[in-house]
Amino acid sequence: MNRREFLAAAALGCSIAGSPVRLIAQGTSGKADLVEARYYEKLANRKIQCKLCPRECVIDDLERGYCGVRENIGGTYYTLVYGKPCTAHIDPIEKKPLFHFLPGTSAFSLATVGCNVMCKFCQNWEISQSTPDQVKSFDLPPYDVAHVAKNRACASIAYTYSEPVIFTEYMHDSAVQGNEVGVRSVMITNGYINPQPMKDLCSVLSGVKIDLKAFTERFYRELVAGELKPVLDTLVLLRKQKMWTEIVYLVIPGQNDDRKELEAMCAWIYKELGPDTPLHFSRFHPQYRLKNLPSTPVKTLTMARQIGLDSGLHFVYTGNVPGDPGENTYCPACGEIVIQRVGFAVVSMSLHNGTCDKCGAAIAGIWS
Amino acid sequence: MERRRFIKTSATLGSALVLGLEASSFKPAMARSPVQANDDAKSRVVIAHGSDLNKTDHSLSQPHLARLLDATIEAFFQRPAPAAWRSLFSPHDVVGLKVNCLAGVNLSTHPEIVSEIIDRLLLAGVRRQNIIIFDRRNRDLIGAGFKISQERGQVQCVGNDQSGFTEQLFEHGAVASQICRILTQRCTAVINLPILKDHGIVGLSCALKNFFGVINNPNKYHMNVGDPFVADVNMLPPIRDKVRLTICDALTAQYEGGPPFMREWSWPMDSLMCATDMVAMDRIAWDIIEQKRAENGIESLEKAGRKPVYIARAADVEHRLGTDDPARIQVVRV
Repeated sequence: MNRREFLAAAALGCSIAGSPVRLIAQGTSGKADLVEARYYEKLANRKIQCKLCPRECVIDDLERGYCGVRENIGGTYYTLVYGKPCTAHIDPIEKKPLFHFLPGTSAFSLATVGCNVMCKFCQNWEISQSTPDQVKSFDLPPYDVAHVAKNRACASIAYTYSEPVIFTEYMHDSAVQGNEVGVRSVMITNGYINPQPMKDLCSVLSGVKIDLKAFTERFYRELVAGELKPVLDTLVLLRKQKMWTEIVYLVIPGQNDDRKELEAMCAWIYKELGPDTPLHFSRFHPQYRLKNLPSTPVKTLTMARQIGLDSGLHFVYTGNVPGDPGENTYCPACGEIVIQRVGFAVVSMSLHNGTCDKCGAAIAGIWS
Repeated sequence: MERRRFIKTSATLGSALVLGLEASSFKPAMARSPVQANDDAKSRVVIAHGSDLNKTDHSLSQPHLARLLDATIEAFFQRPAPAAWRSLFSPHDVVGLKVNCLAGVNLSTHPEIVSEIIDRLLLAGVRRQNIIIFDRRNRDLIGAGFKISQERGQVQCVGNDQSGFTEQLFEHGAVASQICRILTQRCTAVINLPILKDHGIVGLSCALKNFFGVINNPNKYHMNVGDPFVADVNMLPPIRDKVRLTICDALTAQYEGGPPFMREWSWPMDSLMCATDMVAMDRIAWDIIEQKRAENGIESLEKAGRKPVYIARAADVEHRLGTDDPARIQVVRV
């Protein structure tokens, strides 16, 4: 570890393995700290149009995009969060959750502030719905991200917690650095991104987890301030790019737990993405602006999981229910448990070289 | 009192009674009341035009500015300016001055006007250290000519990026925001000091829009020409309850190309506007912008796709923040 790596690791010491660190910022970055954004077009009168996500904000000089972390300064668009995460931790990869991606390994997980949607049930709203002016960040350029991850024996870097779409430049460059030292990168995202930036990311990422928040435009419009179709388009794109992808669906009582909606979604996944796409039905707990709703009953998650299995999907999980049998990976050929989990911990694996120990069937995923 | 002779009012019969009611009904530390649909009182908006405001070196003439401010206040409250200020604020108040500094020195609330307001607050008994100039960021304040200061015993001047935001989430309608601590935890009263300009997304930036500068996430509320977001932000209790007066710095105004300063579309309006009904002020401000656009051959805000519909929203039955009905607005030109 050289001096630079040591300092970076030391700076992270207090936040790794602890709760997210959030402090009121003591000031804002000067222009010298800024990095020009990718994916935008210059318009007349110093306006720009962002091309990063389907929102495609037209932004006047001095203003920021919806995400709050990209600012038009004099007709040039800048990212305010390049190399400036507000939180970083070492997490089990199962926490993302990615169940078919190097199970039992650690992911160096980081986030900047900001998000390009506004979910009323966001569990990390204090960073996702904040701006760089509000939340203290620290300097961690891409080179240091890669080397901290490597030195902490992390198999991967996870861009997570808030919404990595909005720090795509930082994510991309960190993934490049990570690949150079043998640390892979995974993106934990809402999938609300335009095709070109997603394609560019596919060239450097090894896995993606998409939060598919519902299967109706109504839900996306009313509870997410986003759109469903672009997310589905992203999933199809990832499939075409042969990117390892898992889907999480947070089941919210009375909002997106209708049986027909779940059946339609599972049928769509089967048809468009294939039966080997892992699907996680996660338990909702009251958060942010949806504190009036109850937690998801476990029986609802069980029902959702059964719908997924009945639709022909091979790997359907229940999430946020530690100890539930739905946390395990079962061989689709013989039905044996190939990975047994409790919460985020892998208890046992009967899987070698990606095949079931009992019957030898191939299990889809990235195992080494 | 001499100045009253110069007041030209657009009001007709009964205006004196209306004026008297409005002025006498204003009490210090009184929360701003929503305008009732059946309320007969008109909302008054004063537009005071000054002359000889600019000195040969292009700086502002402080004596002329002082007279303009006093004329504005006297026209609005129908009483001598010192008495009007005393009726608004008590020595126990902590008064926030919400300026608008995004566009830099050419199109921001002038420090010279703020200085005159501070002098009058001091005369009204407000303690110097209980006056706080604030806006979104220190760098915006500095760019407009203010000096950041948190010196004890002095007027405070600080950006929200330094003083921070509440942990608490404030919600109304489509809006959920954290609000700057200056407004929620320190101020007992606020004077809204916006500017008058075109806005590239919501159409108009004047009284109501200025409070995007007290929340943590204005970037989330520029969709749909700011509707209903601008109105919803102004419904948040710390804003609703504490704003006692709006004085718009329209010395320089801009009818196209905002929010940044665009010299080719700005003009020296040499005016201050004053109201307690922010909706009414915005309705009149919109007219001024439209008139200027028409004079210069620029399409209306509606044709440009950014009619400031949030003004009507702020006046609707859900919000009742004021009136946008021109028949119920009394414009007083000084």
